[in-house]
Amino acid sequence: MAAPGESAALGFGASAQARKAAGGSELRQDLRLIADMIEPKSRVLDIGCGDGALLAYLTRCKSVDGRGIELSQSGVNACVGHGLSVIQGDADRDLEAYPTGAFDVVVLSQTLPATRRPRHVIEALVRIGRRAIVSFPNFGFWRIRLRLLTTGRMPVSTCLAYPWYETPNIHLCTIRDFVALCDELGVRVERSVTLDRHGQPYSLDPRGSLANLLAEQGIFVLCGTRGETDPVRMSGRGASPSGERGKPARHRAVERNREAR
Amino acid sequence: MSIVTSPRFRSSPAESWPGYRLPVREPLRLDCGIDFGPFTIAYQTYGTLNPDRSNAVLVCHALSGDQYAADPHPITGKPGWWQSLIGPGRVLDTDRYFLICANVLGGCMGTTGPQEVNPATGEPWALSFPVITIRDMVRAQKRLIEHLEIDSLFCVIGGSMGAMQVLQWAASYPDCIFAAVPLAGAARHSAQNIAFHEVGRQAIMADPDWCGGRYLSLGRNPVQGLAVARMAAHITYLSEAALHRKFGRNLQDRLSVTYGFDADFQVESYLRHQGSTFVDRFDANSYLYITRAMDYFDLAAEHDGSLASAFNGTRSRFCIISFTSDWLFPTSESRQIVHALNAAAANVSFVEIATDNGHDAFLLHEPELFETLRGFLNGCAEHRGLGRSP
Repeated sequence: MAAPGESAALGFGASAQARKAAGGSELRQDLRLIADMIEPKSRVLDIGCGDGALLAYLTRCKSVDGRGIELSQSGVNACVGHGLSVIQGDADRDLEAYPTGAFDVVVLSQTLPATRRPRHVIEALVRIGRRAIVSFPNFGFWRIRLRLLTTGRMPVSTCLAYPWYETPNIHLCTIRDFVALCDELGVRVERSVTLDRHGQPYSLDPRGSLANLLAEQGIFVLCGTRGETDPVRMSGRGASPSGERGKPARHRAVERNREAR
Repeated sequence: MSIVTSPRFRSSPAESWPGYRLPVREPLRLDCGIDFGPFTIAYQTYGTLNPDRSNAVLVCHALSGDQYAADPHPITGKPGWWQSLIGPGRVLDTDRYFLICANVLGGCMGTTGPQEVNPATGEPWALSFPVITIRDMVRAQKRLIEHLEIDSLFCVIGGSMGAMQVLQWAASYPDCIFAAVPLAGAARHSAQNIAFHEVGRQAIMADPDWCGGRYLSLGRNPVQGLAVARMAAHITYLSEAALHRKFGRNLQDRLSVTYGFDADFQVESYLRHQGSTFVDRFDANSYLYITRAMDYFDLAAEHDGSLASAFNGTRSRFCIISFTSDWLFPTSESRQIVHALNAAAANVSFVEIATDNGHDAFLLHEPELFETLRGFLNGCAEHRGLGRSP
């Protein structure tokens, strides 16, 4: 799976970032956006936390009660060595033990395509967290489509840095794929942020074809059907409040489920 | 071929050994139903208790360990078993923490055990000593902590049987421990481990000098049986890779095999040495009692089979550590503890250290272990208000 200290999907080194996070306030752009979505003092579980850059930042700057799960042993040891509460494990195997609603926010950053059962993982996320924040690389991004079209070979990019034979990303998806799965599971998309290839957030409807074409990554705030109170900030950079999008999403999902029956 | 060449007896009187002795007058209600006491707890301390009494760390020793964690052993003269971890500026920093290490109930280094004289009979307790459990050991330690007027321990830490005590502390007295560090442990003793212990006990009891446990009254000592028990156990503390690395098939002081049953191989010689030195410092009946306590340990059983309920509502911070080559207390056992703690929504860290040193790794200088422990303890110390590492 992912090399030590690296997020599975993102190839660029998290180590240097983590060191900065421990001392300063530099944080990778997508992690920064996620951090901005989390209220101070929440209970946070970061799944696939690498060497703890986000957790360290949240603990220091937002006084969260943070926990982490990380697959790579060196990542775990680095986290625990820095005083973070992290266990060695993975999203496929270790989420079942957690009780329902154990956390205010569960973060799955750039790890979803590396899971064996993404559908099962998403269900687990919204079960154990009142909110889940999921970020992943968009396989529908135009440069990826173009590369596949023109070269006929599996795309390698900054977001998807591994050649096909050694990539940990075994379940790649597009933004539309992801939203469709959320609908199918009855998981509400409360808010979404799409990022261009410079990491700049866009405000695009995740159901539209434009977002699926222009976004290199997506960050989604999800919740199951239980969550009512909201530890996730609703207004943030480049994103519109979720209300308009979220509720129709759930309604659509319900309708679709009915049709399926 | 005898392992131990001459009958030996533990010579120096316990009273002359360094450290403290606490006479406990109020009897202790044991798991077996007996009210046991008065009894004595022998313990060592390192560092200084701060004015808030908030920097105390209880160090729990393993089966064959004792309270001499960080000073020379009074019988063997060897350095303390955690000498590399404890001291000024070390991971368990004696400039920062007040460390307490007590010989367990049933032990043979000053705390009351089967070799001590039963005041009612004037004879050594031998097999009339009550069968004790890990929980009984922890109850006795609790008495010591109360005597030291410590309401809340900063940390309870230990490996192997020490880890069992740590978990028992966390389950029995959750409000009294801020952090818990079980190393190379398990929430229950496995069938395989019970089986190994039974081999050891049978070796002791098969020794004619054991005399139904009454060897001390008869001036005898089942050193052969105890040495064999130690040899068998010692194999389980190592890994095949470590044995191969240390000894391979190398011969001991000879160029070819002798076609006899002398210790031809270095590994045989090493094991015999382990066995014969162990009997100088350990009591055979103590070995029976303490292995039994480990066999009986099953934390979930105390909580209707649910390990998670053992930790319900705990606010302690846990750091679970296992070792890749430990097949006696494998990582899967630690992972079960982690899952139970997750189910109890506890604050838990879990690290598996890559090493070929087997179960013994928790006693050795493992740089990654030390770094992890240092980081975890520093983090806890900050939360506890003990300040940053000096």
